[in-house]
Amino acid sequence: MTDKDFPLIFEHSVPGRVAASLPEADVPDVPLETIIGAERLRTDPAALPEVSELDLVRHYTRLSQRNYAIDVGFYPLGSCTMKYNPKVNEDAARLPGFARLHPNTPDSQAQGALELLWHLEQMLCEISGMDRVTFQPAAGAHGELTALMMIRAYHDERGDHRTRVIVPDSAHGTNPASAAMCGYTVVTVPSDARGNIDHGALRRAADGSVAALMLTNPNTLGLFEEGITEVAEIIHGCGALLYLDGANFNAVLGVTRPGDQGFDVMHMNTHKTFSTPHGGGGPGAGPVAVKRLLEPYLPVPTVERQGELFRLDHDRPKTIGRVRAFNGNFGVLVRAYAYLRAYGPLLRQVSEAAVLNANYLMARLRPYFDLPYDRVCMHEFVLSGRRQKAQHGVRTLDIAKRLLDYGFHAPTIYFPLIVDEAIMIEPTETESRQTMEAFAAALVRVTEECATNPELVRTAPHRAVVGRLDEVAAARQPNLRWRPPGAQGRGA
Amino acid sequence: MSSSADWRPHKYLPLTAAERDEMLRLIGRASVEELLSDIPAGVRLRRTLALPPALADGDLLAHLRTLAERNGHADRLTSFLGGGAYDHHIPSVVWHLAGRAEFYTAYTPYQAEIMQGELQATYEYQSMLCELTAMDVANASMYDGASAFGEAAVMARDLTRRDEVVVSTAVHPQYRDVLRTYTRHLGVRVVELPHHGGITPPAALRGALSGNTAAVMVQSPNVFGCVEDGPALAQAVHDAGALLIVGIADPVSLGLLQPPGAYGADIVAGEGQPLGNHLSYGGPYLGMLATRQAFVRRMPGRLVGATTDRDGRRGFVLTLQTREQHIRREKATSNICTNEALNALAAAIYMAALGRAGLRRVAEVNARRAHYAKQRLCAIPGIRPAFNAPTFNEFVLRVPVDPQELDARLIDRGILGGLPLGRWYPDLRDGWLVCVTEARSRGQIDALVEAVATVVDSVAPVSRS
Amino acid sequence: MYPDDRKYTQEHEWAKRENGLIRVGITKFAADRLSDVVFVELPQVGTEVQGMQPFGVIESVKAASDLFAPVSGRVVDVNAALADNPELINQDPHGTAWMIVVEPVDASAWDKLLSAEAYAKLVGAEAQ
Repeated sequence: MTDKDFPLIFEHSVPGRVAASLPEADVPDVPLETIIGAERLRTDPAALPEVSELDLVRHYTRLSQRNYAIDVGFYPLGSCTMKYNPKVNEDAARLPGFARLHPNTPDSQAQGALELLWHLEQMLCEISGMDRVTFQPAAGAHGELTALMMIRAYHDERGDHRTRVIVPDSAHGTNPASAAMCGYTVVTVPSDARGNIDHGALRRAADGSVAALMLTNPNTLGLFEEGITEVAEIIHGCGALLYLDGANFNAVLGVTRPGDQGFDVMHMNTHKTFSTPHGGGGPGAGPVAVKRLLEPYLPVPTVERQGELFRLDHDRPKTIGRVRAFNGNFGVLVRAYAYLRAYGPLLRQVSEAAVLNANYLMARLRPYFDLPYDRVCMHEFVLSGRRQKAQHGVRTLDIAKRLLDYGFHAPTIYFPLIVDEAIMIEPTETESRQTMEAFAAALVRVTEECATNPELVRTAPHRAVVGRLDEVAAARQPNLRWRPPGAQGRGA
Repeated sequence: MSSSADWRPHKYLPLTAAERDEMLRLIGRASVEELLSDIPAGVRLRRTLALPPALADGDLLAHLRTLAERNGHADRLTSFLGGGAYDHHIPSVVWHLAGRAEFYTAYTPYQAEIMQGELQATYEYQSMLCELTAMDVANASMYDGASAFGEAAVMARDLTRRDEVVVSTAVHPQYRDVLRTYTRHLGVRVVELPHHGGITPPAALRGALSGNTAAVMVQSPNVFGCVEDGPALAQAVHDAGALLIVGIADPVSLGLLQPPGAYGADIVAGEGQPLGNHLSYGGPYLGMLATRQAFVRRMPGRLVGATTDRDGRRGFVLTLQTREQHIRREKATSNICTNEALNALAAAIYMAALGRAGLRRVAEVNARRAHYAKQRLCAIPGIRPAFNAPTFNEFVLRVPVDPQELDARLIDRGILGGLPLGRWYPDLRDGWLVCVTEARSRGQIDALVEAVATVVDSVAPVSRS
Repeated sequence: MYPDDRKYTQEHEWAKRENGLIRVGITKFAADRLSDVVFVELPQVGTEVQGMQPFGVIESVKAASDLFAPVSGRVVDVNAALADNPELINQDPHGTAWMIVVEPVDASAWDKLLSAEAYAKLVGAEAQ
């Protein structure tokens, strides 16, 4: 550790310090050896930090100040929908009636929670044009896997053994990964010059071995699948099902519904579309909505209503089973519920503003970058840093790092894979015109620097607490944990 | 769609009707409708969404409070529920710190230089988890204990290239359900080994192992609260060339019990909720995964590593990303992307707050109070322990009253009683799983004993002869 | 540029015949395109490999690529130096960064591999 380094919590340790109250047992003293057995007792206590409460608070407060966040600034990350996380939702989730409710509580004592989930299901069905929703998946990828398992169960029940899943070449990596986890092989179909999935290639691939097509719509280029009705016909025509990766749902709330487009099943990301906070990498929630044909296979438990009583249904004969313990990321779902109750039918304005903001920003930036697909965009758009690379030897990665110096988080870069030096920008509806103008001005400045001072851009960032980090060393000699000084290391 | 009349102000939407019109004009569009023209007319929704009208904050909170108060939560009822989620006292600092907006409104730290806070906090969490479990390396989180358990089986399959796992029936039934769901389509066979006397018998285990066994999966303390014989199990498993996977439902137990790494576990898959995370009706929780150094490249989930910048300053980055879905796609170790980072942060703050001595003390108090409760409850005529094996903070009692009936009566007395086990274990129809943590005072335990005694006596009086 | 004491595959491996055994590595073209190699996963001695099927994986920070066996056979030697020093692959891909040595089962597969000249033409085309 150099003296320029920000200390680890372990480096503040002084033996004997505590940052929490130490309770007394307050019951008759019985030797622990009698209770547990000497051979089961821990001999070497875990070398956890020993700090005072104030040192603990300062450490984590200062760490938080070394973070960028939505509450700090703009996050134009394409496909992430980094919209504002409302504070009233936090108050809702912290209510003791929710936060202090044990998951093994009998249904009769969880009526408030179950009613909330039931109403949330109704609202999500209305928004998606689907018939049922499961709240079990903890994230989008978890939802993808759950949906694929249901699709598999559907085909299996028909004695129809299908082995392949189609994804477009613009698909997010979780799509093929989820398909593989479900035992499917993945077939990739290219996109055409307009950015839609290539119908001819899709027709050739869509045969009786295909279980499903996994589509994102709008797709990862930010473009709506213009031929979605025909795509649905092709897929249903070969007996397969149509799955929607709902990552980009923010573009179409109240405008078009996946159920009406011909999708049989979709996942939603509450931590994108429905404002639940990203938490630095989770928790999210990935509710999956299905048409009736997949209802029998929903994971357990589902939420059911009988008159004024709500209950969890664990006894579903054709269920795919459990995908996690307990009842879903309930605390996250409370936030999503509160968000939807704060909008009601005004939810449509969310998508209208999201789409307008993206088109505005695209118009503002297109003189400075290559635009691979010249179409009206939905809630996000993709530029290419090809020009800057060819003319000045500055890569999209460098441009992204230099943007950090201007106080903005970079957009999504190098995704989707089908665009060279991709820059994917999604402003969301919660950003003002002024913020977008400031971002655009900064990005334009960086493109100017590519010409006048490329080395400055190539070695950015210069104003962050660390410079560009050596990721090669991190991967070659992984150091994944702190070790007490003098401890035996078995590698990392 | 471009008249001001149909645009309602909303506190989350900065866009005003005037700005909307100005921006449209600047990009040469007459209306927002023009921007939606790529959507085929046949799939457009031509009516308003049928959702309840927008609620103002005051009304919204009042509505939510009403819903919240219709739940028997642990501040209103004295809870003796365990079985996979645990009511430990959460120090106030945990959520004051984890609730800072710079932590919870941040994205995944892909731009490392401006996310050193989150990355360092995760590195510290990984380190603390390694210390707690005595394993070499831990990941940044999975969804929950049960799914971590399922993914551990797949990891073992990949490491050993064997296709069978043996799982003890003393493992939580929901963990076993998820294990089956996760392995069903991957050609992994799941074989159940019956528990005996509330623990997994090492001798019987030997008989169940073969050259096809990739891993043996146990939980300790297990679903009955019993502490397994880790060293003996590890010996049997390694003699067969298989891996030992240990599930941990309450990691607070590791303040007092020998950690899995010390007795030969190869993979630890556990639930981190008890470390500083709210009960929250089942989620969001926190899957913990830890393993040996040699297995790190087969681990699912994110990993944070330490490195330096060109000035030699220490910094942290996501590393070994080629395992993950965004690079490896269908060959990835898992599809996991978003995980439970904020819950891991809370767990780290909890572990740091308690520290070396505090975690030990809290674990001790759990064990002592649970032991006291067990002694006092078993002094009630008709009640006896189901198993003799040592337990940590929960234990199974055989009760002379239907456990669900017992719980219903206890609720009337303001107590959330133990978990009836008959639904999963047919020979434990009279089995009642009681959990006592440091958050239950002696007085509350005494009140439980008194209430149970009263109920038992009124429903199933035992003759005094 | 590409030594003519060996042959090449379409997937950018080189294969050098030595006393009936085949020594295998990746070409400079592949190593340069991958940029800094961080890890390479190689099979154990005794493993059977199949011609033009993957025998291992090579990783940089941002990418992972399969390594393809030029011929079918049995692995008789593995370069242990690459475990601790994967950067050798960037420094000396045609020499000290060899990966495996294979005892081939079928002599005819050798004839199907590319000559140095043919490979140079292939990468000349790809580099466009």
